[in-house]
Amino acid sequence: MKIEGKRRIWKDYQKEIAEDRYFYVRSCVRQNFFPGSERTFLRIMKDELNKDVFENAAHTTCSGIGYHSDIVPFETVMTMVARQFALMTESGYENFTTSCITSFGLYTEILETWQHFPDVELRVREHLKKATGREFIVPKNLSHASDVIFKFRKEIANKAKFKLINKHTGKPIQVVEHIGCHYSRMFPSKGVGGAEYPYVLVGMIEDWGGEVIDYPERRHCCGFGFRQYLVQANRGYSLSCSKKKFDSMAPYKPDCILTNCPGCPMFLDRWQYALSEMEGITYGENGQGIPVLTYEELAGMMLGYNPWDLGLQVHQVPVEPLLDKIGIPYNPEQKFLTLDGMSIGKPETPTFLKFY
Amino acid sequence: MKNFGYTIQRDQSIDIDQNDRRIVNYLLSLEPSFNLCLGCGSCTGTCTAGHFVDFNIRRVHTLLRRGESKQLKTEMKKCMFCGKCQLVCPRGVNLRNLIITIQRAIEQIG
Ligand code: SF4
Ligand code: SF4
Repeated sequence: MKIEGKRRIWKDYQKEIAEDRYFYVRSCVRQNFFPGSERTFLRIMKDELNKDVFENAAHTTCSGIGYHSDIVPFETVMTMVARQFALMTESGYENFTTSCITSFGLYTEILETWQHFPDVELRVREHLKKATGREFIVPKNLSHASDVIFKFRKEIANKAKFKLINKHTGKPIQVVEHIGCHYSRMFPSKGVGGAEYPYVLVGMIEDWGGEVIDYPERRHCCGFGFRQYLVQANRGYSLSCSKKKFDSMAPYKPDCILTNCPGCPMFLDRWQYALSEMEGITYGENGQGIPVLTYEELAGMMLGYNPWDLGLQVHQVPVEPLLDKIGIPYNPEQKFLTLDGMSIGKPETPTFLKFY
Repeated sequence: MKNFGYTIQRDQSIDIDQNDRRIVNYLLSLEPSFNLCLGCGSCTGTCTAGHFVDFNIRRVHTLLRRGESKQLKTEMKKCMFCGKCQLVCPRGVNLRNLIITIQRAIEQIG
């Protein structure tokens, strides 16, 4: 086997990720779904990696979910995105980093559109100017926050207090990785590893000591699909998509699922609860589920952050079995307490899914 | 069980790894000429039973090879053993024996 040839081909699957000075934009849904993730990203970037990450309080939704639900027209979406670029320009940054995959896909789509149709860009500039008086430069580098964590995965591994190793067996933790569809399927060259070999999460898992599971439905959608979920009558379709994935991965006994999109961890986590209540099915050992993590949560776990600071207590599928396997300490008494010791309320105990 | 107002659609994909291939293996051991079938459909085209009822002997071959034997029980009752299929088969598949063997296999293996 000629390794040079393979290396040359692999180069085509890489993407440029900025080194420092990121203009970070949050997701409108992630803070409800996985509230600790974005805070953990900022903590890692600032405290561990000493990077300059800037947020602008005037940032709003990119309206991507409205766009993909056929509610907000593309012209409007482009003008809203142009406004986010204007905020970046006004803040003196050039590298745009999104927390959300839907936003990332949308920004990519818009930049591609403008590249092929410069007149559209001119029109959007005019709309923005008329509506807000703002102007913008196009970002020099567009990356998703998982690209950034991927870029610094080795630095994180060097600082890590834990490895993805099962302390009882000494074997690597078995991880299912799930990439958001809008990360690299629409524009393969914009994602690490392209659409065929998405490597962004695999790189983290391998460098942090774990092993990736290759299972038949690995590239199947998580089931979100926007209108599949947003219209209640369609929700069964979303659930069925997730079930197809769970049925396919379960025989490989995954210890956890790692994701890089707002929708995927939401649905892969919450639908496990729905499936258990509707059909009595659980996919982990002894009535447990398969814990679902965001890449920020996993990075935070490796760095030894308190699991409750990472927001792991709001997951529907309890994460404790995974913490026990890796040997990450946690205090069950503090699970549902705020930082100043107030109760955040305890969820109802599920009928079948094991609860901690 | 809870009702959240939506349902789960059953997966319609065929997972060959999960399917039961005991019947097809039994058939191939007892009627090896089945291996010569090229799926031309001549048997179905000439089938007397197929002219009157919904019966497709080539489809039976496909179901067997995929290991989907659940529907075969009622399906095989439709054949009248006229043997026309065997006369037209370009590969000389011994279809009458094949059909009898399928019926026996269903009885024995289920
Ligand atoms: S033997 Fe059965 S399958 Fe063959 S032509 Fe006659 S009825 Fe059809
Ligand atoms: S006629 Fe013979 S070769 Fe053609 S489909 Fe039928 S059994 Fe197979």
